Amino acid sequence: MDKVIIAQDVSLAYSKEETIINKANFSIDSGSFVFITGASGSGKSTLLKSLYGALKPIEGSLVVGGVELRGVANKKLNFLRKHLGIVFQDYKLVKEWTIEKNIMLPLIINGYEKSITQNQVDSLLKHVRLKHQSGKYPLELSGGEQQRVAMARALAHNPILILADEPTGNLDDYSSQLIWNLLEGANEQLKTTVIVVTHHIPQTMKIEYKHYHIEFGDIHEVI
Amino acid sequence: MKSFKNHISLVVALVSILFSMQIFMIVDRSISAYKDNLAMNYSLVVVSQKKINTKDLLNKLTSLATIEQLSADKVIKKLNTGISQKNLELLKITLPKFYKFKLKTYPTPSQLKKIKKQLLRYPYITKVETFSNTHDTTYKLLLLFKKVIMVLAITILLVTILLIFKELRIWQFKHNERMNIMGLFGAPTWLRSAVLFRLSIVDALISFAISFVIFSYLAANEWVLNQFANIGISVVVFDKIYDSLIMLSVAILVSILLASFIVLGHKEEV
Repeated sequence: MDKVIIAQDVSLAYSKEETIINKANFSIDSGSFVFITGASGSGKSTLLKSLYGALKPIEGSLVVGGVELRGVANKKLNFLRKHLGIVFQDYKLVKEWTIEKNIMLPLIINGYEKSITQNQVDSLLKHVRLKHQSGKYPLELSGGEQQRVAMARALAHNPILILADEPTGNLDDYSSQLIWNLLEGANEQLKTTVIVVTHHIPQTMKIEYKHYHIEFGDIHEVI
Repeated sequence: MKSFKNHISLVVALVSILFSMQIFMIVDRSISAYKDNLAMNYSLVVVSQKKINTKDLLNKLTSLATIEQLSADKVIKKLNTGISQKNLELLKITLPKFYKFKLKTYPTPSQLKKIKKQLLRYPYITKVETFSNTHDTTYKLLLLFKKVIMVLAITILLVTILLIFKELRIWQFKHNERMNIMGLFGAPTWLRSAVLFRLSIVDALISFAISFVIFSYLAANEWVLNQFANIGISVVVFDKIYDSLIMLSVAILVSILLASFIVLGHKEEV
């Protein structure tokens, strides 16, 4: 099976004094569903940030979607990010844009035609049960609704890899279930690789998944 | 209302830059016009023992505009009583010649000294009256006025620059989040900053339009024109082509610089 992520002796740090991830080795198969767990401050979010190039490895090799992220140039990083769908714990929606425009963002960046963009956004709004709210701005929505918008944005351009950082962290049951269903659907139907950083793996998971755990700066698979 | 708020702060800063720039241009033009006016009304009186070859002198001294011989009749008329016609004729021949020299531009005190020195080199020129006291006072007043206006313009410019820098920080804060999010989805720099550049160009156009309306009104305002007429000068308050082009260029340049600073100073959050 193809590997979408290959990490060899990867070390991650915000400063020279403190290494968060120390010479970790792991690989993730294309089309798999992966949970990454760990205690608070163990480096889960740091690892996720490194997967979309916001934090570059200080040593080792980290290849995501065929792109080596250590010392990656901006142009190449932008190319990779165009094929990623990212869901953040704090949603990261553009406040001055309507939710419709927020969902359109990756489609605009990828240069999709207007008609395709509109159809895709309409379909996603239906999936996240927010069709009736399309003209609203993020701050007019609840946290759960905002995360559903962020989820729709991450799925809009059919990415090869979805990275989700605590996607259901502070959400109500309805929104949480909707988000898990969407992530499972993307993985099952579109064969999109999904990596979720979380404290708890939901009990309701219907599909097969892999589980990695971060402890003391190391990543290991939980079997 | 939200959109209005987005624009108002930069528009105010840009309008004040354009306003101070145009005011300075008007003052500069007024001073030039006033200087021309002074040059027109200012003349030297030269006393010569013989008739001056005006053509020759005008060729040699390029700062001279015209040379006009003053009639001695007025002086002779005063002496008319008690002097015979024959003596009067004799007096007419022996009296020195008086000339009024006009200059091309209103000279500085040092230029005036130089002209006087050049004229006195001619042996037949015995006296040059420059009315230097009056001249110096007027010239110094003119310089003082120009300096005061320049200080005022620089002060306005400094205040405006501070205003723009404050605006820069607000914009940085406001646009960084959007640019950051767009960057996380792979948007190239031009796409991330497109909104910013569009907004700054719109603000530049709004500021230009406001300034254009204000100065077009002032240029046609009777009270303003009367003020210039009262000091005997005619000044172009607002040239709709030349001044507009300068205003538009400055407004666009400043706002694009502002946007560029934000784009260059943008760093992705980690």
